Amino acid sequence: MSDIKIKIKDREGVLHDVDAPTDMNMNLMEVVRSYELAPEGTIGVCGGMAMCASCQCYVESDHTLPEMSDDEDAMLAEAFHVQDNSRLGCQIQMTEDMDGLEVTLAPES
Amino acid sequence: MIKTDILIIGAGPTGLFAVFEAGLLQLKCHLIDALPQPGGQCAEIYPKKPIYDIPGFPEVLAGDLVDNLMEQIRPFQPTFTLGERANTIDKLEDGTFVVTTNKGTKHHAPIVVIAGGLGSFEPRKPLIPNIKNYEDKGVSYFIKDPEIYRDKRVLIAGGGDSALDWSIYLADVASEVTLVHRRNEFRGALDSVEKVQSLKNLGRINLITPAEVVALKGDGKLESVVINKSGDTEEEIIKEVDEFIPLFGLSPKLGPIANWGLEIEKNAIKVDTFDYQTNIPGIYAIGDVNTYPGKLKLILCGFHEATLMCQSAYQRIFPNKRYVMKYTTVGGVSGFDGTKREAPKAVVKTID
Repeated sequence: MSDIKIKIKDREGVLHDVDAPTDMNMNLMEVVRSYELAPEGTIGVCGGMAMCASCQCYVESDHTLPEMSDDEDAMLAEAFHVQDNSRLGCQIQMTEDMDGLEVTLAPES
Repeated sequence: MIKTDILIIGAGPTGLFAVFEAGLLQLKCHLIDALPQPGGQCAEIYPKKPIYDIPGFPEVLAGDLVDNLMEQIRPFQPTFTLGERANTIDKLEDGTFVVTTNKGTKHHAPIVVIAGGLGSFEPRKPLIPNIKNYEDKGVSYFIKDPEIYRDKRVLIAGGGDSALDWSIYLADVASEVTLVHRRNEFRGALDSVEKVQSLKNLGRINLITPAEVVALKGDGKLESVVINKSGDTEEEIIKEVDEFIPLFGLSPKLGPIANWGLEIEKNAIKVDTFDYQTNIPGIYAIGDVNTYPGKLKLILCGFHEATLMCQSAYQRIFPNKRYVMKYTTVGGVSGFDGTKREAPKAVVKTID
């Protein structure tokens, strides 16, 4: 069992240092929910199927992220507030490679 | 006025299964849903996705689960108000309720059950500063009657199936169709993408990609839109149009139910786990729309909640009637349509 450290800036601009487990098959959206960094019902609305963009975040660190699936790519093409470093949190699995990851949650839309 | 025993708001899996449990108690149900078809998220968002935690189904597609539920409740003849959103609720002197939709349809029932999931699906509105000023004055987020667009100059924004399909459809109706999308790629059924390609080649659809509508102009009604085209040649295009239709999918919102005086916590309705009743007696909340300590948003939990809710609703409607729960293996299922399903009777017979 091992935890990684990640930094998450919430929608109010508050920075949170959180420990994320790598052995629970969790993704970034679920980490945000487990720490209640965004109100329930405003994040992970589709449950993590890359179908709603409510978990959109901006990746601020230069980690090599898993490649974007067609579903994620297409969802981000229709989402709002999208920037070059936008990803869907539900598509970023918590693995050891993600240690030190820094993200900012995109505004609710 | 539509009259029923249990009025269910939301026709997702939980609301549909509630019809079955109510039917076993001889209670009739009517359902309201903002979407044009029953099934809720299962039908609208992920019909082709498999679900693995429905008891007894090692794997079932969400769309098939909805079909199965519709088949299961058919004997209980549920009725539907689809494509309308429950707007207001009024409590009458006798303790019954009248629920009115956004289109004015009135429903009268002694029991109201909110099985609204994440809320009603509302179109996602693009972030254009003054877009609200032009709503119904040239801007609409979904197409109710395509004839409105006859001989008009129409601009559609979006990159999914609905943007593609409506561009194709309106190419035959409107005087001019422009499709704007943030990417060069479109996500849709292959033949829709190909059809748009051929209409573009024929000059029947103007395609502007990668681009985004950033501003709207017009005095009292929409007259033109400002389009930011990115990619190789960045430019600002001002295009005269009569109608702008942004099609960016749907997102669920709790909506008017939030103003019904119900206790809300974490965007969900607080209930008592004894019978899933809300703080207003006679109004229940089941499935993803409710919250209580330990709540899990699972379809299987919604089924359980629906079952307990029906027992409580029955006692509320018939406070003096004695009743015990009966197994379907024993009592079978007697539909309101006269059908009867039951276990085949064993015979007692001597074998010579």
